[in-house]
Formats: sequence, structure tokens, C-alpha cells
Amino acid sequence: MNFVESFRIALKALNANKVRSALTMLGVIIGVAAVILLVAIGSGVQQEITGQIEGLGSNLLFVFPGNFSGGGGGGGGAGGPGAEIRQRFNLDDAQLVQRRLGAEAIVVPVVQGPAVLKAGNRTLRTTLSGANQDGDQVFNADYVVGRHYNRSEYSAAARVVMLGATPASELFPGQNPVGRELTINGERFTVIGQLTERGGTLSGDQDNQIFMPTTTAQRLLGSRDLSSIIIKANDPERIDLVKAQTQQVLRPKFQDEFTVFTQEQTLGILSSLLGTLTVMLAGIAGISLLVGGIGIMNIMLVSVSERTREIGIRKAVGARTHDILSQFVIEAVVLSVAGGLIGISLGWAGAAALTRFVPTEVTWWAVTMAFFFSAAVGIFFGVYPAWKASRLDPIEALRYE
Amino acid sequence: MSAETLSPTTAGQPDSGPCETSVVLEASSVTKTYVLDEIEVRALCGVDLQVCSGEMLAITGPSGSGKSTLMHIVGLLDRPSEGTVTIDCEDVSHMDPNQLAAVRNKRIGFVFQSFNLLARTTAQSNVELPLIYAGVSGAERARRAREALERVGLGDRLGHMPNQLSGGQQQRVAIARALVTEPSIVLADEPTGNLDSRSGIEVMAFLQELNEQGITIVIVTHDSRVADHAQRVVEMMDGRIVVDRRVENRVIATEELEALRRAAAPVGDSQ
Repeated sequence: MNFVESFRIALKALNANKVRSALTMLGVIIGVAAVILLVAIGSGVQQEITGQIEGLGSNLLFVFPGNFSGGGGGGGGAGGPGAEIRQRFNLDDAQLVQRRLGAEAIVVPVVQGPAVLKAGNRTLRTTLSGANQDGDQVFNADYVVGRHYNRSEYSAAARVVMLGATPASELFPGQNPVGRELTINGERFTVIGQLTERGGTLSGDQDNQIFMPTTTAQRLLGSRDLSSIIIKANDPERIDLVKAQTQQVLRPKFQDEFTVFTQEQTLGILSSLLGTLTVMLAGIAGISLLVGGIGIMNIMLVSVSERTREIGIRKAVGARTHDILSQFVIEAVVLSVAGGLIGISLGWAGAAALTRFVPTEVTWWAVTMAFFFSAAVGIFFGVYPAWKASRLDPIEALRYE
Repeated sequence: MSAETLSPTTAGQPDSGPCETSVVLEASSVTKTYVLDEIEVRALCGVDLQVCSGEMLAITGPSGSGKSTLMHIVGLLDRPSEGTVTIDCEDVSHMDPNQLAAVRNKRIGFVFQSFNLLARTTAQSNVELPLIYAGVSGAERARRAREALERVGLGDRLGHMPNQLSGGQQQRVAIARALVTEPSIVLADEPTGNLDSRSGIEVMAFLQELNEQGITIVIVTHDSRVADHAQRVVEMMDGRIVVDRRVENRVIATEELEALRRAAAPVGDSQ
């Protein structure tokens, strides 16, 4: 009996047991699709965030109060409870830095805090960010309508505000918010601009924000502190010099109680964080693969009694051991490969469909791993019981209950 | 009924047996011992049996007498613990499983009590099964399977699945499968056991018809009425052959069917 004949027998047997074939394939499909999808989400998010930070430009420095590098925990402790902040920056510190750096860089003092917006009878909780007139240079802000606040509004701590996409649509649905008034934490403000929609990422909803002059924000929050200082070097080549100069300026007052992150460091911290995320997703995917594998195993083992009788019948009418084995190997391979391919396309399609909500990136290693693991499980549990049954005397196989 | 109790015959001497023609199937000193829960059960204790070419033999006996075990061993579905089995003068005792499969495929056809058809597989495909393993090409296979099914009166049921057929029809598919390879021997293990009496008689009619055409038939049954369709009856008890006799008033299944038909139409009969 040749290979083509074995193949035909296997296909006939699969066709005769459609439900069993479908369920076995389902195990492979779910396993493969889940792995591909989850890993795609993990690496997609990682790429997206890395890209966003890189998109800010490689010439940014972030200056935070508190010592993040001394904890001994490497970069992983950023923002964690390990960093105790004794003294925060104020506007004078930022001004000092700007004076030292001069034309080398733009210094933006940043204040962040909670805000409650009210317009008419609508209310929205959001985050406010205060920056100076150069804020748009570091926040990557584009306007749908309106403008950024100017230097005089900054100096005067004018009550002007730029809305992100979410507050704009929540408070002024279908309207141009520019020129409209609203209250922020109980104070009256005028809207001067609306930012373009940026979409949500892991770091939060970037659209649910409002921007105003740092001075205004400080008054609104009742604090003279800054959250951070962002510095944009005009020449990316001189970023290290700018960093050194910044440290020089701040050290007399803050000693080591401040940290200057370059873009690269920020990226490093984030990618180690996101790497953990990907590993976690891969772990979940591995579990789905395992569950899929157990599903395959169950179907195969449950069908053993029926299949053992089938093997008995085939042997009684003259099938040799290798006829039986080749039939079952081909059956298992066809199911696993077909299931794997369907799983890959489903995972791929799912990843493509999800890009509307979450960034995804299909990785070849996830595809390969998922495919081969499922195929191996399917083939092993398809062939092993059959191999055992094929060694029985035909009458034992026929009698099998 | 005149019963001739067999004296133990010497193995390997065809002329000592009851055959006028050649011996197609021979079991010599066949013993089968099962181990069940560490207790040895002797299903067969040194059985000698010769089946002549063209013969129709029935093996009977109560359940546990070893009649099925004997049939499985001479049909090469099972291996004897001791003793030898010879088919067409060829000792098969030392053959490997694949060689045995080839002998089963070419020379022996099986009919089982529970039909043993492949589920969810058409009658045609079920009958083609032995031909696939015999290496017969597709078109030839389909033709021969169709012919075999026509022979058992199922020419119009080729595409039916076993569960769409009655018990009698399923058994006829099994008979078609048994004879499609044109074997010299057909072994039937309680072929009427799962059937109503009429279907049972029909099956016996087919077996008798095959026998007329020269195929050696061995039937295992506990039903003496079924056994009386054969030419010769071997009775077993506790793993031994106790009686080996010729059937004197052999039942002809076609006559029974005729009688049944008449009984079912009493009005027509009385006129």
C-alpha cells in the first residue's frame, strides 16, 4: 500500500469522524491563536511605547526630584516607593537652569495634578499639565483648533486652557470649544485650543488631559512646586553636555536628591518593564497552549476505545502494523497542521483586528513555537494510543471496551 | 442423531481426518491459556480440528466452551499458547503479525456477531476495506465492492452508513466484505446472534449459497438450529471437542424462507 493510499484512508477516516476531527483541531487552533495574539499584543505595546518615546526626540532630558539611581535596584525602581523625595523643584530652579544653558536648550517647568472640569451641567475628572510657552515643543502637541498660550499669558498666569480630545468632546460635544468658558477646580477658565486625538496607550489615556501655563497650574493647585523639569537640547549631539550642566546647576541646592534621565535611560527602564509584560503575556499564552494541548489529549484518549475497535477491524481484514500507523500519523499530522494553519491565520487576523484598540505586532517566534508545540501534542496523542493499539492481536483490539 | 465421539487423532495426518478433499484449515494440539487476575484460565486444551475444502462446518457449545477462541485462533486473529495452525497446508505458527495480516487478507473472510463495520463509513467503503490492504487499485476496488454488495442484495444501498441499515443488512454488508477478496475460507462468529430470526435465516442462506460456490465456511454458534445448516457439527465443552458429527437432516435456509413466506400469506395459501 503506497503513501497516496494511506493518505486517502486517513482523510476518509477524518471525514467519517467530523466532530472528533473538529474538536481536535479546535484545541490546536485555540492554542496557536492565543499564543500568537497575546505575544502580538505584548510586543506591539512595547514597540508602540518605545516608538512614542523615541518620537519625542532623542534630545530630551527629564529632571525629576529624588534620587532614583542610588537605590541599588538599577533602573527598575523609577517612580517606585524607593525614591523618597525631600525637596521639589520650583520655578526659580527651572529659571536657573535655563539661564545656565542659555540658547543651548529650552527648559520647560512641568506641573501635574488632578483637575475637575465643569461646563454647564457636565463634569469631567482629568489630569492637568502645566508648562511654559514652550510646552508644545516637549509634549508633541498638535491643535485641531486654537493655539498655544503665549509668553505674556504665561507670565500673567492667565486662566487659559488647552483641552485634550476627551475633555473637548465630553464637555463640548460637537462644538468648537475655543472661546468657551469652563471651571477648573472651581475657577473660571477660557479655552484657547483643542489638541488632536492621540489614542490610548499603556501609559494612560493621552487624550484625557488639559494643558495650561505652569504659573496658572501652580496657583490652581496651591503649590509652588514643580513635578519635573523637561529640557530639550537644541543639538542632540550635545545632550551629554547639557545634562552635565544641568546637574552642575542643581547640585548645590539639591545635592544628589534629583535625577536627570536621558531619553536612552527612560527607554531602558521602560523596555525592561515592557519586557516583563511581554514575558507575562507569553506565560498566559503558554498556559493557553497547555490547555489546548490537554484538550487535544482528551479528545484523542477518549476516542481510543472506538479507534481501537476500528484498528481491530482493519487488522482483521488485513491491515499490517505500518498501514495502521501511517494512517494515524497522517491523520494526526493533517489535523495538527490544518489546525495550526487555521490558528495562525486566526491569531493574525485577530491581531490585525485588535490594532484598532491595542497596538499589536505578530512575532515569528511566537508563531513557530505555538505551531510546533501544538503539532507535537496533536501528533503524539494521536499516534501514541494508535501505536499501542496497533501492536495488539486483532482480537484484543476488537474486544476493547 | 448419531454422534461419533472423536478419538484423539494424530496431528499432521490429513488422511486420518474426515476429509474426502484436501484440508484447508487445520488446528493441531491447540492450547490457549489466559491469565485473568493471576488465575490461569484454559480456554482450549489441546484441540485438533481439520476443516476440508468446500466444507460447511459449525462449531457449537455452551458459552465458555472455547468455540469462539478456537475460531479466532484458526482465523489468525489470536495466537495459540501451544500447538500449530495450518492454512492451505502452510504452517502459520511462526509468521510475524504482518504476514498473518496478509494471510487473513487474502484467504480468510470474517463475519462477526456485532458486524464490526466501520462507523460513519458507507457500505461501499466498508466492503472496499480489505481490497485497500490487498493493494487493489481504486476503480477495480469500487467495481468489486459493488459486485459483492449486489451479490448480497444490497446493490441499492451502496452509499448507506451502517446506522442507516437494519441489522440484517449490516450483516450482509459484513458478508460482502468477507467475500470481496474471494477468500477460500469464511469464518462466521455467531453471525445470527444479533439478528431477528428472519434476518438470521437470510444470512444463513447467503452462507449456504457461498458454500455451494466452493467457499469453505466455519460457523461458530450456540444455537443448534443454526448449526444444522452446516454439513458437519463440532461440539465443544470446556475447551475440548467432545462431538464431531455429520448433520443428517441439514436445514436449507432457502426452504425455510419459502416456508416463512407461505406462513406469512395464509390467505394465498388457502386458495
